[in-house]
Amino acid sequence: MNVLLAFLFLIQQSPDSLQSDTTKVIEVVRPAPPTDVIAMDTPNDEGESIALQWTISKDDGDGLNSVILYNVFRAPSKEGPFDYIGTVGAGRTGYDDQDVEKDKVTYYYKVKSQTKDKVESEASNVASAQSFPQWFHHGRWNYLIFGVLFTFFFAFYLSRAKVKGTKLFIRKIAGLDAVEEAVGRSTEMGKPVLFCPGIGYLYHIATIAALTILGKIAKKTAEYETRLIMPNYDPLVMTAAQEIVKQSYTEAGRPDNFNEKDIFYLTQDQFGFAAGVDGIMIREKPGAIFLQGVFYAESLILAETGHSVGAIQIAGTDRVTQLPFFISACDYTLIGEEMFAASSYLSRDPVMLGTIKGEDTSKVVIIAVIIIGTIMGILGGLNIGPFGTWFLNLVNWFTRG
Amino acid sequence: MKERKGLIIGSVIMIAIFVLMFIKGEPSKSIMVWIAAILTLSIYSFLYKDNVFYKFAEHLFVGVSVGYSVSVVWQNAFIRRVFDPLFITRTYIVNDKFSLYLFLGIVIPTLLGLLMLSIFTKKQAWLIRIPIAFVVGSYAGMGIAPSFQANIFEQTRSTLYVTLSISASIMIVGVISTLVYFFFSKEHKGLLGKTANLGIWFIMIAFGASFGYTVMARISLLIGRMQFLLHDWLGVIK
Repeated sequence: MNVLLAFLFLIQQSPDSLQSDTTKVIEVVRPAPPTDVIAMDTPNDEGESIALQWTISKDDGDGLNSVILYNVFRAPSKEGPFDYIGTVGAGRTGYDDQDVEKDKVTYYYKVKSQTKDKVESEASNVASAQSFPQWFHHGRWNYLIFGVLFTFFFAFYLSRAKVKGTKLFIRKIAGLDAVEEAVGRSTEMGKPVLFCPGIGYLYHIATIAALTILGKIAKKTAEYETRLIMPNYDPLVMTAAQEIVKQSYTEAGRPDNFNEKDIFYLTQDQFGFAAGVDGIMIREKPGAIFLQGVFYAESLILAETGHSVGAIQIAGTDRVTQLPFFISACDYTLIGEEMFAASSYLSRDPVMLGTIKGEDTSKVVIIAVIIIGTIMGILGGLNIGPFGTWFLNLVNWFTRG
Repeated sequence: MKERKGLIIGSVIMIAIFVLMFIKGEPSKSIMVWIAAILTLSIYSFLYKDNVFYKFAEHLFVGVSVGYSVSVVWQNAFIRRVFDPLFITRTYIVNDKFSLYLFLGIVIPTLLGLLMLSIFTKKQAWLIRIPIAFVVGSYAGMGIAPSFQANIFEQTRSTLYVTLSISASIMIVGVISTLVYFFFSKEHKGLLGKTANLGIWFIMIAFGASFGYTVMARISLLIGRMQFLLHDWLGVIK
């Protein structure tokens, strides 16, 4: 019965209603590959990088307009095997291979364009290159010129101070004048002095400047026989600080009063450090607090706690975003370069003062460049003479490198 | 008196929050959320005064972070950069050949690091100055080019490359007068003094704007913490 029904069903089907067993043929059109691929060592770098350049595919923004990206392949020999190393978007004409394993070894590259349907073009021509490190960055002659000029200013004023003994003036910096007052006040109150170097490392200029200031403060605390406490964020800064304070105590003739356990490591977690220093402030109740160095979000937490224990606070940092907090919560604040001038200011060493004079002369040069550039820009904007071209050349010179 | 006031206000807030939690809250069932919330409140208790809860949280925070950083340094510095390259992967052997250059690249920094331990000896403690001098000197040297680029060239270019407008003129005057404020080798008198005074005005206006901007960011942090306490922990707000 079932067989009969199946037969009747089949003969009722017209050929049109039967499902045809055909396959839809999709025509795959490959995009045109990029052409003229060239590879070269990336200039002015430390090696291990090769730069590629090519002419975009004819179907990139034109022709079939189907290219959406370029795939880059690399091989250790011309025959391959070529491994995929990266992709750049359509319209791009270059790629920097930053993962070259070895310098002075030839690598081979080819590039394929790809459509949004993931259809790749034929491979481009194969280009090869070796990477090399360069000793000099040839695009940074402007840095060298300014470097030599500024060094000359420093050398000139240093020699004037050293050889001729010229007395150099340094203007009053209130925050630094208050150092002695702060240490003296702590001594009178019988309270310790707290020095916090922030959360910078030894390679931060502000941390190095802070350590210079620490040396001067330590000398005062040694003379006044006042305890100096210094919690540290970085072990290297702690070690350097111990050496500096020890030296200051020796110079002050009181090496026995130096207690290296007062200069200790706390933690390298930003807010763990802030919590720890806050606790020390509350429990030790220092008479003077120096917040000198690199600070981030913990600056106000520390300065507010210091203020709440009634300590005289002298802060200093080169972090522009933290300076407002120090200014609002501390008694004195050394703003950026005032901090860097501290070592010269506190020591009054003529040679050190020479560096300040050199620094100021460098600033005069920068001001002169800005004024001259502005005048040229205004005259150029008014289409007077060749000033417009000169102005653009000047701006481009500062953009190099 | 002030402390008593703070204690009373704090207690009232806490009681109110707990009452709210029991009436309409859905407290978290995660033990980690409870620990985080209790530690958050312990740290906040510092606003009242130094107390045993704050001390506990502070010491826990410091201790955990020290332990964590020791493990990170051990794994990322010693194991990955010293032990593995020297004894496991032997990166100084290239194509079955010993490369002295690569070998010294591992050994010299390791020796410099070991010199840090000389601080534990009394006679050789001076050796610690060598790695410190190396770190300070090398970073100072490496920092010259980026400093020139960021602090001198980029700043000068950005100051110069402005259109003829009032705001551009204000910026140029601001840059010059601020630079004059940082002149140390001349007394700030006469024209120099007046320009420096103008400079400090510019500095303070910039600091004021920066202050407001950062306070806004800090308030968003506080909101985040409050959301954690009232939403994640107590389930009082949805």
